[in-house]
Amino acid sequence: MSLKGRDVISIRDLSRSEILEVLNAARHLIPVAEGKKRVTTLEGKLLALAFFEPSTRTRLSFETAMQRMGGQTITIADPSVSSVAKGESLSDTVRMLSCYADALVLRHPHEGASRLAAQVSDKPVINAGDGAGQHPTQTLLDLATMLERFDTLSGLKVVLMGDLRYGRTVHSLAHALGSFGAELVLSSPSSLRLPEEVRHDLDQMGAKVREEEHLERAIKDADVLYVTRIQKERFGDLAEYARVSGSYRFDPALLQKVKSTFIVMHPLPRVAEIPPEVDRTPHAAYFRQAFLAVPVRMALLSLILSGRTGVRG
Amino acid sequence: MPSNVSGPTGKELRITPIRNGTVIDHIPSGLALEVLKVLKVENLDKDSTVSVALHVRSQRMGWKDIVKVEHMELSAQKSNAIALIAPTATISIIRDFKVREKHPVSLPDRLVGVLTCPNPNCITNHGEPVESEFEVVRRRPLAVRCAYCERSMEEFLPHLAR
Repeated sequence: MSLKGRDVISIRDLSRSEILEVLNAARHLIPVAEGKKRVTTLEGKLLALAFFEPSTRTRLSFETAMQRMGGQTITIADPSVSSVAKGESLSDTVRMLSCYADALVLRHPHEGASRLAAQVSDKPVINAGDGAGQHPTQTLLDLATMLERFDTLSGLKVVLMGDLRYGRTVHSLAHALGSFGAELVLSSPSSLRLPEEVRHDLDQMGAKVREEEHLERAIKDADVLYVTRIQKERFGDLAEYARVSGSYRFDPALLQKVKSTFIVMHPLPRVAEIPPEVDRTPHAAYFRQAFLAVPVRMALLSLILSGRTGVRG
Repeated sequence: MPSNVSGPTGKELRITPIRNGTVIDHIPSGLALEVLKVLKVENLDKDSTVSVALHVRSQRMGWKDIVKVEHMELSAQKSNAIALIAPTATISIIRDFKVREKHPVSLPDRLVGVLTCPNPNCITNHGEPVESEFEVVRRRPLAVRCAYCERSMEEFLPHLAR
């Protein structure tokens, strides 16, 4: 099925072949994202960005992706100065935006907000993170990073570390990696374990998953360590936050014992989970990961808005 | 279809037959009052009789509850809610003292407006003009998942939309 005109709310909305289509297109769009090549595939297209939660990377990478392909954007970056502050429902805001733009990108603090938006919008909606729920475009760029490095996703051993409960990026990522046949190792404090329903889904699809609280054992023989930020804003109890965040820092000394091809990923922003010494090692992949956000979002936007990327591949 | 219930003295107590209405039989013992909440009997026509039999002998179930409501035929939404909390229940529609339809409750694959999402951060709990929607992801034991926030639930009584 073509991606043209489609909503992307959850990574489950995309089949494996559609995910690979986006990743393949993204690979060919890297020179455009780097400014070395120019395309005008999205000329005349307008993308609305509605961000009801703070975001730097996600919003800017969508804006960059659109502009690099000749398109334009309109943005709600601060809901406190929009009619949302007057009590307008999300449904009405989305209806209004869908009258103006050709597609919508939504970030919202409530889970399910994008699914609701997709129901009321007659233009495609892309979920850019809803509460502790889904964040499918982050998953796509995470997969792009692994695929670029290892040329495959099947059989990769990926350690997911940190906040697996509230960290929305890991839920989508775990689902996608499971469907591609990667092996997952979960390493988190017991209070931040992967939610039951995500685990249930992984078990249902027959994914290889195990838990290993001890990080040194978890990363032995691993290909990827995916570190997430322990999110202060999701904790009711700050004492509990202080306790668990202190215990989840990646110790660079552990790099002595990993495979030479091993990479460390992080959705960023990082706080103290990965010390800067790791940045200078060949294992650090998180800045490449942040860059790949642009070609991946270019690929997705062009396939949704015009059904083609405008580059060969 | 009169239901006969033996009292402690062995004397037959009879729940009177109804001309028109609904009989919900084979409710797991102890859940009749929850079924009444689903039916919102307080909103019924004031001439309607509601009969409740608690802890009745049943060949099939050991013990069961029965609810009879005059002048009411169940909406699909209420029938789905009963199927969630009392999956063994059977529903008989009575017209002119005769059983016109009798069927076990059955749960569709999607439940709209029947449950409220237990996730306080789900968009359906934040004043949007939207009905809750759940998909059945497993039937035994029953588990449903919110179509919006994708949170699963296996306990339904506290989350029935009232």
